[in-house]
Amino acid sequence: MPEHGSTLPMFLGLLYRLRELKVPVGAQEAVALASALAKGLHESNPTHYYFTARSLLIHHEAHLDAFDRAFLAEYVGLTEDVDIKAEIEQWLEQAADGEAPHIEFPELSPQEIEDLKREFEQRLEEQQERHDGGNYWIGTKGSSPFGHSGTPRPGIRVGGSGGNRSAIQVAEARQYSGYRGDVVLDTRQVEIALRRLRAFVREGAEEELDLERTIEETARNAGEIEIVTRPPSRPDTHVILMMDVGGSMYPYASVMSRLFSAAQRATHFKELKTLYFHNAAYGKVYADERFTDAIWLHDLIAQCGSHYKLIMVGDALMAPYELLAPTTSRAMETEPRSGLEWFQLLADHFTDSVWLNPEVGSRWTGTTISDVEQVFPMFPMTVDGLAEAMAQLNRGTTRRR
Amino acid sequence: MAETGFTGTESYLTNPALEAAVRTALVLEKPLLVRGEPGTGKTLLAEAIAEALDMELITWNVKSTTRAQEGLYHYDTVQRLYDSRFGDHNVRDIADYIHLGPMGRAFRSKERVVLLIDEIDKADPEFPNDLLHELDRMQFRISETGEDVAAHHRPVVIITSNAEKELPDAFLRRCVFHFIDFPDPALMARIVAVHHEDLNQQLLQQALDAFYQMREMSRIRKKPSTSELVDWIAMLRASGISDVQLDTATPYLGTLLKKEQDLTAFSQHLNGIARGRF
Repeated sequence: MPEHGSTLPMFLGLLYRLRELKVPVGAQEAVALASALAKGLHESNPTHYYFTARSLLIHHEAHLDAFDRAFLAEYVGLTEDVDIKAEIEQWLEQAADGEAPHIEFPELSPQEIEDLKREFEQRLEEQQERHDGGNYWIGTKGSSPFGHSGTPRPGIRVGGSGGNRSAIQVAEARQYSGYRGDVVLDTRQVEIALRRLRAFVREGAEEELDLERTIEETARNAGEIEIVTRPPSRPDTHVILMMDVGGSMYPYASVMSRLFSAAQRATHFKELKTLYFHNAAYGKVYADERFTDAIWLHDLIAQCGSHYKLIMVGDALMAPYELLAPTTSRAMETEPRSGLEWFQLLADHFTDSVWLNPEVGSRWTGTTISDVEQVFPMFPMTVDGLAEAMAQLNRGTTRRR
Repeated sequence: MAETGFTGTESYLTNPALEAAVRTALVLEKPLLVRGEPGTGKTLLAEAIAEALDMELITWNVKSTTRAQEGLYHYDTVQRLYDSRFGDHNVRDIADYIHLGPMGRAFRSKERVVLLIDEIDKADPEFPNDLLHELDRMQFRISETGEDVAAHHRPVVIITSNAEKELPDAFLRRCVFHFIDFPDPALMARIVAVHHEDLNQQLLQQALDAFYQMREMSRIRKKPSTSELVDWIAMLRASGISDVQLDTATPYLGTLLKKEQDLTAFSQHLNGIARGRF
């Protein structure tokens, strides 16, 4: 693996920084940025480079802050004109001379690297043709048709403050930290995440007139009426939301209520069951928060097929004996089971299940959380975590040990 | 090259970030994806670009039922059926019943145009993916006639999306991305001035204070945006109010907060302040 920044052109270093920060950038972004730089879009000006690179490498406002961090880390001390264009041209020339650029993408497949190289060579050819044509502008600071006017004109302006701050100053402002994906959720974000569980089926009798196809078929049939019918479309997602409302969950009451109300409002579930438990589900859970309406887990499993998607929510933090010591629940159980075994029973029955945990990740090891994590795929209760959890539920194959 | 830079218009000011994004999209001929909260002027941007570059603007307003096909062309089978029964038209030529959609018209245009695909997030989650091929190749085939429609000039494609829904990765990777920040108070004052020219400075300042204070309240789900502020000030002026502050007696609160839960959250927040809990 090449050393950071030593053999790579400067802009690729930025890509690696972004990848370290879990921003999905790869060959496609590298090519896009390379072509932008080859065409002189950055005008050898760090501020323009900052904005150009940001518009091509970042695809979501949640990653804007990561971009600022990556940019700062990569270009500390970048204040004056840096000839990125010369750098990339030199690099492209090397590639043209058959000297393979010293570039390795540790996380890319050989095919992707091959594509990247081919793409670069192609760009280089284009670039040379356009040099010859002479009408393709490659920006230098003075003659560029772009750049910002000094005095503001009256009217509506968009975006944040203008001004001529340097790239580093812009990055240092970190004005997008509020959009980071790893911070805790608001209700709308929860709703959007839950929408990922959307699935519709056309089922039942063909009782709906498919007007468009009827007309189309009739017309195709030269005017002889041809009726087309179809079954109506219905939502087809069954969800069980099982929430820990024990004392240790109290600090998370507001985030829990957001999750709850978002789930309640989701119109794309055919059925949503919300159930409650305290620490672990010892043989039964409750239909209400005050624990008066008990539902035996055996009954739940009998009533709900394995196609129900189970979302467990809780901190999974308790005294080890609460999770691991076998206890006998009063009803129909003969052999005693531990809380963990009850969880296992649920995980075995439902094909798709996840556990959402509001507890910070650093407390997951060495506590009861790591035991529960063995049973349910566990995700942090953040924007990213929730999205991953929903993707997991859609995958249809929960991890089995 | 025909394109020039975009540095805003008389009524639309830009900033370096936006200019860089527009320039990148123009030069690399990639679609520009503009995201931001409602009321941050995403749609206006496309109009401003069209105006600044002196190009025709073709708008495709996306709705929840919109399918990718509609942007390309529509085969009017009903008209053809009607004509075959009652009309004296020649129904043999299917081409007469093919109507191009906004994207089709943008491709067919003799001049380079700006194509605005507005609120792409409203459609089905798969919708953007269905457009990938057409946006990449800038051509499509009309299967009924076998005709290929290829762009004479690659249109300048502007796509807007609310920050609400996620778009597919494959689609995102093909776009130049720009996120429009919510205007800061100084900028907002100028936006308001466009709508209310001779506004009393004291009222403006108070209204802005109240507005940003309200946006800070974390429990309010639907935060008021620019258009709500402009409407609210219009209401205040119409009823001759020249002095406002954020309290339980704030006039025309319903113009700013439109959800019942938000009104409840608002009054709870104020009660909390009164009792010193915040």
